[in-house]
Amino acid sequence: MNVRDVLLVRFGEVHLKGLNRPYFLRKLVENVKFAVKPLDGHVWLSDGRIYVSGTSDVEAAKEKVCRVFGVYSVSLAKELDKNLDEIARAAIEVATPLSGTFKVEARRSDKRFQPDSMGLGREIGGRILDANPNLKVDVHNPDHRISVEVRDMAYVYCGETIAVGGMPLGTGGRAALLLSGGIDSPVAGYQIMRRGVTIRAIHFYSFPYTSERAKQKVIDLAAILGAYGGGMPVDVVPFTKIQMEIHEKCPDEFGTLIMRRFMMKITEKLAKRRGCLALVTGEDLGQVASQTMEALAVTDCVVDMPVFRPLIGLDKLEITQMATRIGTYQTSILPYEDCCTVFTPRHPSTKPHLPDIEKAEALLDCDALIDEAVEGTEEIKYWEQP
Amino acid sequence: MNAYLDNSATTRPTDGVIEAMALSMRDGYFNPSSQYAPALEAEKAIRACREAVARAVGAQPENVYFTSGGTEANNLSILGSMAARRAPARVAVSATEHPSVLAAYDELRAQGFEVAVLPVDREGQLDWGALDAELSKGPALVSAMQVNNETGALLDVARFASRVRALAPDALIHVDGVQGFLRVPFSIRGVDFYTLSGHKLHGPKGIGALVMGGNARVHVKPRQLGGGQEKGLRSGTENTPGIAGLCRAIGEMQSLGDVQAILREKKLRLWAAIREAAPQAVVFGPAPEGGAPHILNVGFPGVRGEVMLHALEGDGVYVSTGSACSSKKRKVSPVLLAMGIPAEDAECAIRFSLSPRTTDGEIDYAAERAGAQYAVLSKFWRR
Repeated sequence: MNVRDVLLVRFGEVHLKGLNRPYFLRKLVENVKFAVKPLDGHVWLSDGRIYVSGTSDVEAAKEKVCRVFGVYSVSLAKELDKNLDEIARAAIEVATPLSGTFKVEARRSDKRFQPDSMGLGREIGGRILDANPNLKVDVHNPDHRISVEVRDMAYVYCGETIAVGGMPLGTGGRAALLLSGGIDSPVAGYQIMRRGVTIRAIHFYSFPYTSERAKQKVIDLAAILGAYGGGMPVDVVPFTKIQMEIHEKCPDEFGTLIMRRFMMKITEKLAKRRGCLALVTGEDLGQVASQTMEALAVTDCVVDMPVFRPLIGLDKLEITQMATRIGTYQTSILPYEDCCTVFTPRHPSTKPHLPDIEKAEALLDCDALIDEAVEGTEEIKYWEQP
Repeated sequence: MNAYLDNSATTRPTDGVIEAMALSMRDGYFNPSSQYAPALEAEKAIRACREAVARAVGAQPENVYFTSGGTEANNLSILGSMAARRAPARVAVSATEHPSVLAAYDELRAQGFEVAVLPVDREGQLDWGALDAELSKGPALVSAMQVNNETGALLDVARFASRVRALAPDALIHVDGVQGFLRVPFSIRGVDFYTLSGHKLHGPKGIGALVMGGNARVHVKPRQLGGGQEKGLRSGTENTPGIAGLCRAIGEMQSLGDVQAILREKKLRLWAAIREAAPQAVVFGPAPEGGAPHILNVGFPGVRGEVMLHALEGDGVYVSTGSACSSKKRKVSPVLLAMGIPAEDAECAIRFSLSPRTTDGEIDYAAERAGAQYAVLSKFWRR
């Protein structure tokens, strides 16, 4: 008997693509290959699914594949020869730990195989029932679905694990994420990555108002997100001087907005240099003074690129839940950030008027400050660090 | 230039200490409990250190128990001695103790002990009146630290011990000496438990000791069981390299002469230089002429300690905002709050801590940079 463990990988939205579907699929296969590379897996595309076999640790491989954007679900299956007795033996084995109700779902793409799908299902179901007294049949609402598929080979498995979904990373271009170290921005980055977009992070560093540890926290967050594929380089922008200049020369109530405008302009410059086509922020409408509609309008108008705000309509609670699910929450709540409260105005403007802001900004040598910050930017590729 | 003024967090082991440890690992690696001759040498090295510790505080060598450091020694003193009791009792602890002591008392409280917290005054000194009042209630254990790690507030141990002995003869007396050992004179007389740590005096991390006082009548229940090392009080193969390093560190410290005078001179130099560079600076805790000779807690009004710390870090000056153990949590120092200092002032505290090996150059540079950074940062008062 020749049985081996394989992963059956289904993809979701890629199916909707038209003529460029092969391109998306190629990218997805590439990304799955990259994900299981440390485990020496063999990856191939067949029958509208991706197969992964020969990994050194099939559970670990499954976990990795479930995190590849574009993958809809993964099943851990037994692959074996097309022989009824062998199939039944494998199905009984799969059903051994189960109890409750079950159903066998049989499918046949090899129509020469006998019995047919209905008959196969009945036959295998019967043998499982004989072997496992803890199981009963329920074809309408079973606790467990045991699948039997007869293709070039036969496959037996129970259930599927829903994966991250979305589009294959690298098919959606490149964007720059303003990554602060808080809870929101990593989630925003994840949302856009999930649409196939490769993300670079931009972080504004206010030493000594924020510390080396705060910087490390941002790098750690980028590493968590980068683990979903492709890594995430971080551009660390020296920002203290700009904050001090704003604080010294501009009216207090506009401080935060002017700062946000600087951030957007610097990010746009860096984004262009890095081949990014859009900016991503973690803002959601009305969360703080700088995130009212009026304030967003004032910060948006300084850049020519599209600004994606995937969290715009979410509640804080929803964002927190997502952060927990994607694994960034515990790092985000480390207390190093937020040392720069000294720069936060007591009464920030919530309904700013653009001409007022522009007038205030005219007190600064914006271009020189921006150029200096861009030139002083340090690119960190954490995976290259010692 | 660099200036390391965070010697109460830890100190750099001297070359002599590193050498002694390397030697212990290379040649003296035997398990002291083994039966052959070289193992006896390892045991002798432990005995030498035990004697050095005992001599330094006037204790008997057999009353010195090696631990992994100050935290373990404090835990063992407090939880070990109270575990030997049949029933929960009343115990008392000063408000500004190190977390390794306060957390142990929290544990006692959870076990049903009644814990009295002894207040301190504006300079961090134990409130003697409150102590007397508490002693009249007959506590089973009283803890107060020799030198406060954040402010340098100094306990008159002799007075403390005699007060406790006079008013509560049955009470056990625990003194945390991690910041005081060999920097401030100390005698074990009248004290039941004294704790110390190697890495605060240019020794290695991972070694410390619990020294028990005179009659050693005290029954302490071990918190770690096993092969019965340290007379059954602290099982586990002895940390021979650590002990060798500690022994060497003690010897080197003692060879420096009057360590207290050396430190005091440096502290006064530091304070004079800071005051010159930043006249608005204030001292939290005892006046620089008093208190422990090596810890100076300075407030720079209007600039948060954390910001000042990082600004100084940028200049190669390393200081702390309080106890290093708690600086990963963002909160105002409970020690300063217990002294009655308002939170917004306490937030601006920076602790400078010296070693006899701190150079005048380091002190002058640190003060100069503190003044310069303060001049910049104080412009950005929170409006």
